[in-house]
Amino acid sequence: MFLDELVGNGGEWLKGTGPESDIVISSRIRLARNLSEFPFVRKCSDADKTAIENRVAALINQESKWSDPVNYFRIDEMNDLDRQFLVERQLISRELAESNGARSVLVDSGEKFSLMINEEDHLRIQAVQSGLDLTEAWHRINAIDDFVDSCLTYAYHPRFGYLTACPTNVGTGMRVSVMLHLPALVMTRELEKVFRSLQKINLAVRGLYGEGSEAMGDFYQISNQITLGKSEVELVQQVNEVIPVMIEYERKARDFLLRESRDELSDRVSRAQGILQNAKTISSEETMHLLSSIRLGVNMGLIEVELPMLNRLFLQTQPAHLQKLIGGKLEIADRNIHRAKYLKKSFNLGDN
Amino acid sequence: MKCQHCEKPATFHITELTDEQPEELHLCEEHARTYLMQSEVEEDDVPSIAGALAQHLKINEAAEQLAQLDQQACPLCGITFYEFRHVGRLGCPHDYICFEDEIDPIISNIHSATAHVGKQPRSGAEGTDQRTELIRLRREMEQAIQVEDYEKASQLRDQIAGIEDDRTGEEV
Repeated sequence: MFLDELVGNGGEWLKGTGPESDIVISSRIRLARNLSEFPFVRKCSDADKTAIENRVAALINQESKWSDPVNYFRIDEMNDLDRQFLVERQLISRELAESNGARSVLVDSGEKFSLMINEEDHLRIQAVQSGLDLTEAWHRINAIDDFVDSCLTYAYHPRFGYLTACPTNVGTGMRVSVMLHLPALVMTRELEKVFRSLQKINLAVRGLYGEGSEAMGDFYQISNQITLGKSEVELVQQVNEVIPVMIEYERKARDFLLRESRDELSDRVSRAQGILQNAKTISSEETMHLLSSIRLGVNMGLIEVELPMLNRLFLQTQPAHLQKLIGGKLEIADRNIHRAKYLKKSFNLGDN
Repeated sequence: MKCQHCEKPATFHITELTDEQPEELHLCEEHARTYLMQSEVEEDDVPSIAGALAQHLKINEAAEQLAQLDQQACPLCGITFYEFRHVGRLGCPHDYICFEDEIDPIISNIHSATAHVGKQPRSGAEGTDQRTELIRLRREMEQAIQVEDYEKASQLRDQIAGIEDDRTGEEV
């Protein structure tokens, strides 16, 4: 099964390549779309949901339109572990994993795009690029959107634009977001100040897994708050303009740490490595926290660890990934033991 | 229902549309006024449906008007304005037309804009107007089946098939 093939690699967004990839993890764009002939998902009958699924699923057969082979998963027929696995890979939202009724997702084999069916809106299309490359993500998602539009009739209003279940998404239905790794700004406690100024220009800041999630591993997503009144290109530009500033802040904070507290920093990085290599049991939160210190250490030249392996570990030590790697469902206590073993092995072997 | 903050009856039922779960408030007129004033002050934080409604309905007339408004329902999907306020989600694309006067201030409050700029679907808004009718027809067919009026159900089914087959605006 396709899911099992994914376990071993890090996915597009954690590849750790692309422009500014020491700080910018990934660039992501999503479009919310609805079909005009059905109620919004919350008011759909079971028959409506199935009809929507069937219409969208029919698009997969037009293979020539996709650059990579496309896989289709029925979320309602999946077990909890596989659902959580897709959430951890950011291919589906928590909402899609946890809601009811007929719902599914299309994912291309390179994990560069996914299309959720029957989430809050009928369609949630997403395109992801490694590193800072929103323009490429926009070109790709725009092409996919055109293709879907040529087969189905989208709900649209001459003044409000693309219609969505929640008025906060109406207009372009677009959310542009960039995921950043900002450990030095966290350590120097400057992050809140920076975020407050972002909010003033209508940009939102979220944790690793979006709305309501904590900033695990010092990963933050910056995205547009409003969706109406600005064109798609302008929304991309708005986020694009602020990212170099964020990168600059993080670089300055790193320089400051090197200058003012090199020994402490170096100690922190080495201790993180010591724990990850020698712990007998470790939670996923602690793992993320320590991996973040090591990632900072690598990017500042304090320690040598292969970045692709490090990026992969951020994902593979999460609960569902770990369980799939081990090959079955495990209780938390057992997971923590297996996680420690897996980390030890990975650090000792290096990246092969 | 009592006000959340005192013993008076709750005449204001406010739903805050935040990024997470919509938050519900049940308040008496006095506490509603305090709350709405405060939301206006915090305007540049979270877009607030309460703030928008307060601007739209003069606070003193608000209770009565809101009660009337709450009864209004979309002819296609059947959602009432009360239900929209309650869950913070609309029922179908046509709600943006049938509740336009009420939704307009909410949207401009959230986005600080009133009109879409940017991409348009191939069939524009006309495709939407033609096909949203299917929402009403399918709902009526369901209801006809429930009351075992199969003659009506079968008429509706033919009508639905007719519109579904009309590929106006769709690629053949």
